[in-house]
Amino acid sequence: MAHLDGVVKPKTKRSKRFLDHRAPKLLENSKNAMIMKGGNTSETVTQALKDIYSLKKPNVVLYKKKNIMRPFEDSTSLEFFSKKTDCSLFLFGSHNKKRPNNLVFGRMFDFHVLDMFEMGIEKFTALKNIKNEKCAEGTKPMLIFAGELFDVDNEYSRLRNVLTDFFRGPVVPAVRLAGLEHILHFTAADGKIFMRSYRVLLKKSGCRTPRIELEEIGPSFDFVLRRTHLASDDLYKTAHKQPKGLKPKKKKNISHDTFGTKFGRLHMQKQNLDKLQTRKMKGLRKRRGAVVVENGGTTSPKKIKTQE
Amino acid sequence: MAACSVEDVLAKAERDEAERLKSISVVKELELEFDVGNLLALDKNPVELRGRSQDREELLRALARDNVQLLVNEIWKLPAERTDDVLVVKLPEASTKLPREKPLPKVRPPTKWEQFAKLKGIQKKKKTNLVWDEVHKEWRRRWGYKRAKDDTKEWLIEVPETADPSEDQFAKRNKAKKERVAKNEFNRLRNIARASKTPVAGLGLAPRAQQSKSELAQAVSVARTSTASVGKFQDRLPKEKAPRHTGKKRKFQPLLGDFGNEKQKQLEMLKVMETKKPRLDVTKAVNKQLREDEEEEGRTRRKKGSGKKGDRGKRGAAGGKGKGAKGSKGGKGARSTKGKGRGPHMKQGKR
Repeated sequence: MAHLDGVVKPKTKRSKRFLDHRAPKLLENSKNAMIMKGGNTSETVTQALKDIYSLKKPNVVLYKKKNIMRPFEDSTSLEFFSKKTDCSLFLFGSHNKKRPNNLVFGRMFDFHVLDMFEMGIEKFTALKNIKNEKCAEGTKPMLIFAGELFDVDNEYSRLRNVLTDFFRGPVVPAVRLAGLEHILHFTAADGKIFMRSYRVLLKKSGCRTPRIELEEIGPSFDFVLRRTHLASDDLYKTAHKQPKGLKPKKKKNISHDTFGTKFGRLHMQKQNLDKLQTRKMKGLRKRRGAVVVENGGTTSPKKIKTQE
Repeated sequence: MAACSVEDVLAKAERDEAERLKSISVVKELELEFDVGNLLALDKNPVELRGRSQDREELLRALARDNVQLLVNEIWKLPAERTDDVLVVKLPEASTKLPREKPLPKVRPPTKWEQFAKLKGIQKKKKTNLVWDEVHKEWRRRWGYKRAKDDTKEWLIEVPETADPSEDQFAKRNKAKKERVAKNEFNRLRNIARASKTPVAGLGLAPRAQQSKSELAQAVSVARTSTASVGKFQDRLPKEKAPRHTGKKRKFQPLLGDFGNEKQKQLEMLKVMETKKPRLDVTKAVNKQLREDEEEEGRTRRKKGSGKKGDRGKRGAAGGKGKGAKGSKGGKGARSTKGKGRGPHMKQGKR
C-alpha cells in the first residue's frame, strides 16, 4: 500500500494504530522473528526450530506448515511473509541429502533480504533432553562470543552481528541485577561454532560482585557454516543510517519530588459523593432509631502518591 | 608489641582482600570487549578444544564461566539504584551498531496551507478540548460525538428573509455539509498529488470503476494523440469513429501578404468601433425570440395541465424574457440564468 499511503485513510482508530505501529519510525520496535520449515525437515530440525522458538518468545512467529522455498535462490516468498507479519528476522530450517539439518539465519531491511547465513547442525541436544530447571521465557539473555575468528574473519564478524540481532531481545534502559539468569555462549573453534545455553547462579563471594556458577539448560548446537549471503556495502550502510536528534518522548503526568518519590497525576470526572460504591459494612448500617456515622470513600481528584 | 605492628595489619588486610577477590577474578591473555548496553562480551583469545566430547563440554563450560564472570563484573561496576526492594542497574547505550528494520521515515512536504501559514507567520493556536455548551449547560467536546454546538441536531431552523420560502433548509444544510466534506477530500488528495511529485492524470483520465461511453471515448482520443507524431500514423480500431473537432482551432492570416485585404479589414474595424449603436445580428435575435416564445407556451400549457408547478418557471421566464428582448450580446448571460430556473424541457405536440 505504498502509494496509497495518504490516499486511503484508515477508517477506524484501531486500524490507524495498527498501521502506525508498523510504519517506519524514528525509534523502532523490537525486531520480530519468523521461524519456518522447508519442503522436507528432519526430527532434529523441527526440534531445533521449536527450541529456538521458545528461546525467542514472545517476539517470534512459528509457522507450523511446510513452505517449499529456497532462500538462497528466490527470496520473494520470504519477503512476502515478512511483510505480512512485520518480521525482520527469519530462521528457515530444512533437510535434504546434500545439506542435512540445515538452518538459515537471516535478517531483512525494508522487507528485503539483507544477510543470510546457512548453518548445518552437527550435534544437537534439545531442551527437553536436558533435565534441569529452565529460565522463564522472555528473559533478556547475556551473549558471549569467544574465539578470534569472530573478530578477525569478515564473515564471522557479520555472523556475530546477525546472531546478536537475533538473540538480543528487547532493548531495555535498565536491568534487574537478580534477573540476569540466561547466558548464550558462542565459540568459534575447529571450523565449527558451538552454541551453548546456560543458567546463571549467583553465589556469594567475599565482595559485592557475586561469583558465577553455570548450569547447562537450553538447547546446545554444534554448527558448521555453509553458504552465506552478505549484503552489499552500500545497502549495509543505508540500513545503518540513524536519525539525527533522537529525543525520547517525555511522559506526561509524572513528576518526581526531591526525596525521590514518584508522583502521578490522575484526572477524574466529577463524582456524585452520595451515590459512591463503597464497602458495605453491615454493622454500620443505619438501624431504625440508631444514629451511625458513615465514612464515605474519599477519592479526590488530586495528586495520588505512587511509590516506584 | 611487635606482632601487632601496622605493617602486619596492612599485609593481613591485603591477603584477605586477595582471597576474597580470588573467587571472582579471572585471568585472560587479552581483555574482553564489552558492550554492556546489549549485555554482550567478545572474547578474542584463541580457543583450543581437545578431541573427546566430554572434555570438550567441560572446556566450553569453564570458558563460559570465566567469560560470564568477567561480564558480570563489568555489569556490577555500573551504579545501582534501589527501587521497590529491587536492585536495578541502568544500562549504558549499546555500542554494537545493528542495522535498522525499516528505512527512516520520510519527512512530509508541507501542504498548501502550511506553506501559506509559514509565509504569513500564522501560528497554530492550541485549542481547548472542551467547550462550554450553553444549551445543555455542560462541558462538551469541540467536535465529534456529542459535541458542543451540533447544528445537525436542531429541530428548528429559521428561514432567513432572503431565502425562498419553499426551500428545504434542512436539506440545504446537509448538502452544504456534503459539499464541504467533498471539497476537503479533494484538497487533501491534491496536497498528496503535489507532494508525490509524480505526474498525476488530469481530471477524468484516471481510470475509475464506472466510466461512461463519452469518458472512455475521450480517454481513447487522448491516448491516440499522445504519440511522438501526435497520432498522425495511428491506425484506427475497426469500430472506432473518426475523431471530430480535429484540425486547427483558429486560422490566422499570413503575416505579410495581402496588403489590400489587410487595409480593408483595419478600416472596417475602425468603423465598427466608431459607431455607437450595438451590433445586432437580426437572424440570431429573431431565432432566440422565437425559441423563447415556444418555451413559454409549453410552460403555460404544462401549468394548465398539472397545476401550480409553473410558478417558478413562469417567474424565471418572465425575467428571462425581459432580458432577452434586448437581444444584444448581453443576452448570453440572460440565457444562462433563465436556463437554471427552467424546469424539464417538454416538447409539446400540436394541439
